[in-house]
Amino acid sequence: MQAFKTLTSITAPLDRANIDTDAIIPKQFLKSIKRSGFGPNLFDEWRYLDHGEVGMDNTKRPLNKDFVLNQPEYQGAKILLTRENFGCGSSREHAPWALEDYGFKAIIAPSFADIFYNNCFKNGLLPIVQDNNVMDELFGFKGEITIDLESQNINANGKKYTFEVDAERKRRLLNGLDDISLTLQYEDEIKSFETTYFKKYSWLN
Amino acid sequence: MAQTLYDKLMAAHVVREEATTALIYIDRQLIHEVTSPQAFEGLEMAGRKPWRLDANLAVPDHNVPTTERSSGVAGIEDPISKLQIETLDKNCEIFGINEITMNDVRQGIVHVVGPEQGATLPGMSIVCGDSHTSTHGALGALAFGIGTSEVEHVLATGCLWQSKSKNLKIEVSGELNEFVSAKDVALYIIGQIGTAGGTGYAIEFAGTTIQDLSVEGRMTLCNMAIEAGARVGMVAVDDKTIEYVKGRPMAPTGDEWDKAVEYWHTLHSDEDAHFDQIVRINAKDIKPQVTWGTSPEMVIGVDGIVPDPDKETDPVKAEGIRNALSYIHLKANTPINTVNIDKVFIGSCTNSRLEDLRVAAAVTKGKHIADNIKLALVVPGSGLIKKQAEAEGLDKIFTDAGFEWREAGCSMCLAMNADKLEPGERCASTSNRNFEGRQGQGSFTHLVSPAIAAASAIAGHFSEVE
Repeated sequence: MQAFKTLTSITAPLDRANIDTDAIIPKQFLKSIKRSGFGPNLFDEWRYLDHGEVGMDNTKRPLNKDFVLNQPEYQGAKILLTRENFGCGSSREHAPWALEDYGFKAIIAPSFADIFYNNCFKNGLLPIVQDNNVMDELFGFKGEITIDLESQNINANGKKYTFEVDAERKRRLLNGLDDISLTLQYEDEIKSFETTYFKKYSWLN
Repeated sequence: MAQTLYDKLMAAHVVREEATTALIYIDRQLIHEVTSPQAFEGLEMAGRKPWRLDANLAVPDHNVPTTERSSGVAGIEDPISKLQIETLDKNCEIFGINEITMNDVRQGIVHVVGPEQGATLPGMSIVCGDSHTSTHGALGALAFGIGTSEVEHVLATGCLWQSKSKNLKIEVSGELNEFVSAKDVALYIIGQIGTAGGTGYAIEFAGTTIQDLSVEGRMTLCNMAIEAGARVGMVAVDDKTIEYVKGRPMAPTGDEWDKAVEYWHTLHSDEDAHFDQIVRINAKDIKPQVTWGTSPEMVIGVDGIVPDPDKETDPVKAEGIRNALSYIHLKANTPINTVNIDKVFIGSCTNSRLEDLRVAAAVTKGKHIADNIKLALVVPGSGLIKKQAEAEGLDKIFTDAGFEWREAGCSMCLAMNADKLEPGERCASTSNRNFEGRQGQGSFTHLVSPAIAAASAIAGHFSEVE
């Protein structure tokens, strides 16, 4: 996993609440057995005017010019601004994979759905919660903003906003640490837990 | 100290505690073909082996065809669906994981198969790369959906890092009105607290109404906890739970059974346990529900009218209503029972159990679907449910009425197989999500109970049971 330290980028404003993971990456693209390549189909049903299927040449498809990611001023944005309850619905990790593959590194919203929020951290994507007033200011701000994970703040032309992040998640993201190797450091602890556990709950073994 | 059911279940599984998170032991991982290939690939690339093979049980469900299956996986028409199922079969073989394959009579939707096989037991910690894993909490288990990286993590370590959720009790009291089911209770609750109302919480459903529900009904309710934003939905263990588990193929027997039952009887919240929030609902207030929009919280009684955005004072909500009405092609203030439908789907991990099929069949018996219904599907949750339903003659009731009777799978709930809606088609569906495009691009989904789905198929529009 890639480490996340600081990020400076323009933002893409997706001004809509309750965006579900079906909208982020429609189900037909879940048939892939790979982890990459979902970026061109991010927000597929909003982004293109035709119906997207696996294997299509996405560069030849008609674009919905009204959709924010298709507008010239937001090209190259690595930060997504959105509204309440982003990432609700299906647990598909294809949603953060698609956002990451498209080029997003951070998402700022008033709230996130739990499973999606978790999945972001596994993929080097930083979800940031800000209250509605701050969101309105960020939606209204034009230009680059800087996110500094170490000091937990967002800087928009000198105006700073702080954000919360779990200390352990922060450490893993800052260092790009792989969860599984970290957990396997506790292999002996897990084994000793199992011994006691299966003695007590013997029908589970 | 007095504990909630959730507190007890968490505490029993903590391997290691850190400041804000804990490593918890996972008793059971259920695996399906959509969210597992990348996890197995990661395992293989790192040269790792599954931590405890017996913890895992796999079954293909999302992509399986519900039509004729005599040619097996090789006969699946869609090459990409076929590849995904072949990949699951191959991965389970390579890693030695127990799999119920597509043509096995026990195959079905992972959240139906787990409890049916006794792979889901009270007190277990259960995960699956699917948000509807909350279903299993109906048996007093700690069950929640995870992403693919976490699927790989559980395969490799037998554990998962979790931060503790807050406790939310939803207490439903009193007797349900006629033809009001667990599905209506679930939709009503989501309508009251919203799709983010449970975010950050583990929900325990309690109260006399919940006690009176069958275990199958409790599964329907816990299944929809995630639609209220909660990863975990639970019901305390009682005699019904134990009776349900008894004799299941993977359930304990003999002395182990007695020992297990003794423990399972402790799986309820202590009387004075602290909940961070309590929501109280009177069962009498719940009518049969129909969603009118593109989120499960956009729901009204079947005798209700579609809301008017101009009457909504919250601008974000008003915009949400406008977006939804524009997508779903409905006008504000329309009585929902005047809206015609094109297709009907009875199935999904929410409503495909025997009880659901019995209710729908009872409503359908001796009647026929309306002329404007292009397709009405009944998709049982598992091969065993299908077999039992056929033994009771339910298939005949459905087919005589013009329904199609299919093989088990997720089917039109998310339309990853061939069962989908065409653009502009409107469906009364017993599934769990009415998001834009969920059942097919440009299609309109209305969530209902099995009774209302059957009644609406007969009427040709949303309808109460006549």
